[in-house]
Amino acid sequence: MRTAPFEYHRAHDIDDALEWLTRDGDREVKILAGGHSLLPLMKLKLATPTVLLDVQGVSELKGVTMEPGWIRIGALSRYVDLTRDPTVAEALPLLSQVAATVADMQVRNRGTIGGSLCHADPQADIPAAVLALDGRLIVVGPRGERRMTLDEFIVAPFLTVLEPTEILSAVEFPIPSGPQQSVYLKRPHPASGYPIVGVAITANVPTPGHLSNVRVVVGGMGSKAYRAYATESTLNEKELSPETLRQAAEVAITEAQLSDDADVPYHSQLIRTYVERALHRLYGGVA
Amino acid sequence: MLDVLGQPVKRHEDDRLIRGKGQYTDDIRLPGMVYAHMVRSPHAHAKIKAIDIKAAQALPGVLAVFVGDDLKDSVGMIPTAWIPPNADMKMTPHPALAYDTVRYVGDGVAVVIAEDPYTASDAADLVRVTYAPLEAMTHPRDAMGPDKPLVHQEISDNVAFHWSVGENLDEVFASSEVVVRQEFRQQRLIPSAMEPRSAVAQYNAATEELTLWATTQNPHIHRFLMSGILGIPEHKLRVVAIDVGGGFGSKIACYPDEVVVAYASRALGRPVKWTETRQENFIATSHGRDHVHEVELAGTRDGDIKAIRVKAFSNLGAYLSTAAPGVPTILFGLVVNGAYKIPQASVDVYGVVTHTTPVDAYRGAGRPEATYLIERMVDLYARKLAMDPVQVRRRNLIPKESFPYTNPMGLEYDSGNYQGTLDKALQLVDYPQFRREQEALRKQGKYIGIGFSTYVEMCGLGPSEVAGAVGFQGGLWESATVRVHPTGKVTVFTGASPHGQGEETTFAQIVSHELGIPVEDIEVVHGDTARIAMGWGTYGSRSTVVGGAALHNATQKIIAKATKIAAHKLEVSELDVTFEAGQFRVAGVPDRGMSFANVALDAYLAWSLPEGVEPALEETAFYNPKNFTYPFGAHVAIVSVDATTGDVELMRYIAVDDVGNIINPMIVEGQIHGGLVQGIGQALYEGAEFDDQGQLVTGSFLDYAMPKARFFPRFETDHTVTPSPHNPLGVKGVGETGAIASTPAVVNAVLDALAPFGIRDLNMPLTSKKVWTAIQERGGI
Ligand SMILES: Cc1cc2nc3c(=O)[nH]c(=O)nc-3n(C[C@H](O)[C@H](O)[C@H](O)COP(=O)(O)OP(=O)(O)OC[C@H]3O[C@@H](n4cnc5c(N)ncnc54)[C@H](O)[C@@H]3O)c2cc1C
Repeated sequence: MRTAPFEYHRAHDIDDALEWLTRDGDREVKILAGGHSLLPLMKLKLATPTVLLDVQGVSELKGVTMEPGWIRIGALSRYVDLTRDPTVAEALPLLSQVAATVADMQVRNRGTIGGSLCHADPQADIPAAVLALDGRLIVVGPRGERRMTLDEFIVAPFLTVLEPTEILSAVEFPIPSGPQQSVYLKRPHPASGYPIVGVAITANVPTPGHLSNVRVVVGGMGSKAYRAYATESTLNEKELSPETLRQAAEVAITEAQLSDDADVPYHSQLIRTYVERALHRLYGGVA
Repeated sequence: MLDVLGQPVKRHEDDRLIRGKGQYTDDIRLPGMVYAHMVRSPHAHAKIKAIDIKAAQALPGVLAVFVGDDLKDSVGMIPTAWIPPNADMKMTPHPALAYDTVRYVGDGVAVVIAEDPYTASDAADLVRVTYAPLEAMTHPRDAMGPDKPLVHQEISDNVAFHWSVGENLDEVFASSEVVVRQEFRQQRLIPSAMEPRSAVAQYNAATEELTLWATTQNPHIHRFLMSGILGIPEHKLRVVAIDVGGGFGSKIACYPDEVVVAYASRALGRPVKWTETRQENFIATSHGRDHVHEVELAGTRDGDIKAIRVKAFSNLGAYLSTAAPGVPTILFGLVVNGAYKIPQASVDVYGVVTHTTPVDAYRGAGRPEATYLIERMVDLYARKLAMDPVQVRRRNLIPKESFPYTNPMGLEYDSGNYQGTLDKALQLVDYPQFRREQEALRKQGKYIGIGFSTYVEMCGLGPSEVAGAVGFQGGLWESATVRVHPTGKVTVFTGASPHGQGEETTFAQIVSHELGIPVEDIEVVHGDTARIAMGWGTYGSRSTVVGGAALHNATQKIIAKATKIAAHKLEVSELDVTFEAGQFRVAGVPDRGMSFANVALDAYLAWSLPEGVEPALEETAFYNPKNFTYPFGAHVAIVSVDATTGDVELMRYIAVDDVGNIINPMIVEGQIHGGLVQGIGQALYEGAEFDDQGQLVTGSFLDYAMPKARFFPRFETDHTVTPSPHNPLGVKGVGETGAIASTPAVVNAVLDALAPFGIRDLNMPLTSKKVWTAIQERGGI
C-alpha cells in the first residue's frame, strides 16, 4: 500500500502544465487532480508515474462560466462545487444531482469532474450525466484545442483518447432551450457506493404529458455509459402513460449493453426497473 | 453525590479517543525505531522453491531481510491455546514465517526491516520468491478426505479434530412424528476492526527484557504464549496494549507478525514497528464463522420439539489460530438447543483445515452460529406444521420456573424469563396488526415479513474449572487491584483489557457506587502486563461479568479494612461503624464519623492503626466465576422485500434484551447497536468469498459490503432485568448479544416475506440478486 517513488510538481498555469507534459518523453507524467482515483491506483502500484503533476493551482481549469447558449465547467470543479454552485443548479440540475450521489463527503470535497471523466471508470456516475446533457469535452494540448462528445472521448474502460501531452480543460454544456426535465436514478453498490446502474434522463416538455429530445442514458452497467436510442424513440413525441413507460423499459432491455461478467437476467431486470422508475420520476414531474 | 450506578455516564475514554489523543500501538515512537514490512504469499498453496533477497538487501536504508529459515531454529511454532477434549486434535505446525510451504494467500514468507516504512515496503517488492503453486482447498466439507490436497502433511484428511457431544439419536428421529432437515451455510466474515493490527518490539540487551506493544485483547495471554514462542522468560517480557481500536475477536490470537518483530528487535538491537495495511488486514487477520451445518429437528405434530441433531463442518483456515478450536465446539455445540427445553441433542463437529486465512473468534464466536441454526429451525418447523412461529416459540421456551435449567449438554442456565422478553417485544410490534397488514399487502403484490429470534447465549467466560475441562489452555478468572491513594483517589488495575467497550467508565461507576467517591477520582488502568499482575483479557462478554465482579470483591476488601481503621480512630467497635455514601459513621451517633479520604490518609500515615492491620490501603481480588452467565432476549425484525429487484429493506428492528443488572444504560445500548449492525451485516451484506485458486475476491471494501449507518432504521431497544444469581453484581454481559440474536431474526423475516413464493431457505448474505433469482426460480411475481 505504498506508491512507487515519484517526483511531485505543482503547475502554476496551463502553459506550465503543458510544458511539463511534453518536456521529457521518457518520463511518465501524470496529472493529479483530486487524487481520489489516481492515488488508490498508485498505492496498489497499478499506476507508477515518475512525475506527479499537481494541477490544482491552475486557474484556467477552474470555475463555472456562462457563455451565450453554453455553460462551461472547468475540469477541476469538484463534486461539492457542482452540488453548491447556483449557476449549475439552475441551468444543469441533473449535474448537481448526479454529483451529490457520488461517494461520500470526503470524496466529493476533492474529486473533480475532469478526474472522473479522464479516469473513465465504467462504474462512474459523471459520464452518464455528461452524455445525457450532451456535453462537449474540451481538450488542450501542444497542437491546440479539440472538442468532442463523451462517446468520442471515452474509448473503453479506463481508456480515453487523451494523449499523454493533453489536458482536459473543461466540459461545455448547451443550455437547454425551453423547459427541460431531468432525473438521475442510481443504484449504489452496497460495498463501494459506485453505481451498479445509474439512469440519467433529460427531455424537453413541449406540452404536459409529452416529451421531446429525450435522452436516456444508462451508466454503470456496460463498458461505458451509453444512450438507449431505441428507448428514446419509444418516448419522443408520444403521449405518456404508465403503459408507455413500461414499454420503454422493455425496449431498454433489448438494447442493453452489459459487461462480459454481467449476470444477464438480473442486470437486464435492473435496467428495466431503473429505466421505468426513472421515467416515472420524470413523468411525475411533467404530468 | 449522585449514585452513578445505572446512570448513562458519558464515556471517560471518548474524549481522548475522539480527539486523536489515544495511544494506539502505531502511535508508539521510540528512538532508533525501524520498520518491518512483510512479504506475503500471493498463492493459497505452493511450495517455496527459492527466495532471492539480494536486491532487497541492497536497497539503501534496508537493515535486514529475514526468511523462514532464519527464524526456524530461533523461535518456536505459534501454538493454539484451545484443545477440545476427546477430539483427537492434531496440531498444525505454524511457523512465524513459512519456510517450505505457503498455505494461504497472505502467509508470511519474509520480512524486510528498514530505516523507514517506505523503504521497507519498496524493498519487500524486491524480494523474489519462486513458488511452485499447488491445488488449493477453500470449502470445509469439500476439503475433507485423504485424496484431497493436504494443508499439512501431518493431517491426512484435512480434519484437524472431530468433536462430538450427545448420544445417538437415530431411534428418536426414526420414531418422531415430524422431522425437519435443513442445511445452512454460515458464511465467512471479515471482522474489520477500525484499527488494523500493529506491533512494536523493543529488546533491551542490558536487561534481556523485551517489551511488545501489540494490538491485543489479552496482553497477559500474549505474554504467556509469546514467552514460550520466543524463549524469553515471562518476567523478562512485557506486553502493552493501551488503546486498541476494536477487535471483535480478531485480536485475541498470537500472530506471526508479533513474533517476527520480536525476533527482529532482538537480532538487530533496534526497536521494530510493524503495522498492517487495510489490505493485509483482509487477508492476514483472522476471519470469523465459515461453517456448514446439516441440521435435523424432531418434534411432535403439536409443536413440541423433541430433539436436535447437528453435523457441522467448520473451516479453520490454514492454521489453528489461538482460540479457533473452541469456537465451533464448546462455544457452539453446547448451546444448540438455544432457549428451548429440547430434551435431547447431539452435535458432531469436523474441524477442517483449508488453504484460507485462519479463522478464529468473531463477535459471538460459536453462539451466533448455534443461535442461527436453532432459530431458523424453529421457523422451519413452525412452517411445516402450519403453526405461528411465535406460538411454537412459546410452547418450547424454557419456562421461568425452570431456572436454574440444565440443558441437554449439561450447561446450567442461571436465570431467565424468556416469555417476559417475548411478551414485551410483541407489545412493541403489535403482532396481530402486522399479520393483517401483511395479508392485505400480499394481495397488492407487496411483501413484508416478520422474523423472531428468542435467543439465549452463554457468556461471561467463565469458571476456570470449566475452562480446564473443555480444553482451554488458560484460566478464565479475573483480577482487580484497587489502590486507594493517601488523598482518597483511586487507581483500579484490571486484568480485563477493554478495547472500545467502555470499562474505564463502567468500572469507575462500580467503584464510585461502592466507595462513595466521584467517578472523576477513579482511574482505570488496563492493558499492561507490567502494571497488572495477571488477567485473562476481554472477549466472550466477560469483562464486566468477571472483571467487574473481581473489582467488586476488591472494593469490598477495601471497605472491610477501612472500616477497621475508622472504628479504631472513632474508638468504637467495628460492628458499630456503618459505611454509606463515602462516610464512615457511628451507628446511632450521626455526627460522629469520618470520610473515606480521611481513613485513606490514616491508613498511609499509619501513626495509629488497629492491632494487626497493615499500613496502606490497597487490595487485590481474584474472582473465579461459579458459572457462565446467560443473557437472553427477544428480537423482532420487520422487513419489506421488493420483488422487482430483490431488495430487502429493514423497516423496524426491535430488541428486548435481558442482560441482568445494567451499570450504564448508554453503554449497554451502544453495545447492542454495534452488535446488531454486525449481526444484520451477516444476514444481508457481508460475506468473504474465495475463488478456486484460493484468492480472496472480496479483498477490500470495494467488494466486501461492510454495512453503513444509513442502511439501518432507528433500532428500538428495551429491557427486562433478571439478575444473574451467582454474579455479585447481578450482571450478565452484553458485548455479543446483538450479533448473536439479530442474524436469524432478519433472515426469518425475509423468508417470512418470501413465504408466498414457497422459498424455504436462502444462504446468507441475502443480497438482492439472490432474493430476486430465488423469486424467479419459483415463477416470479
Ligand atoms: C471511497 C471512494 C468512493 C467513490 N465513489 C464513487 C462513486 O460513487 N461514483 C463515482 O463516480 N466515483 C466514485 N469514486 C471515484 C471518484 O469519483 C474520483 O474522485 C474520480 O473518479 C476522479 O477524480 P479526481 O479529481 O479525484 O481525479 P484524480 O484521481 O486526480 O485523477 C484521475 C485520473 O484522471 C487524470 N486526470 C485528472 N484530471 C485531469 C485533467 N484535467 N486532464 C487530464 N487528465 C486528468 C489523472 O491523471 C488520473 O489518471 C470514489 C472514490 C473513492 C476514493
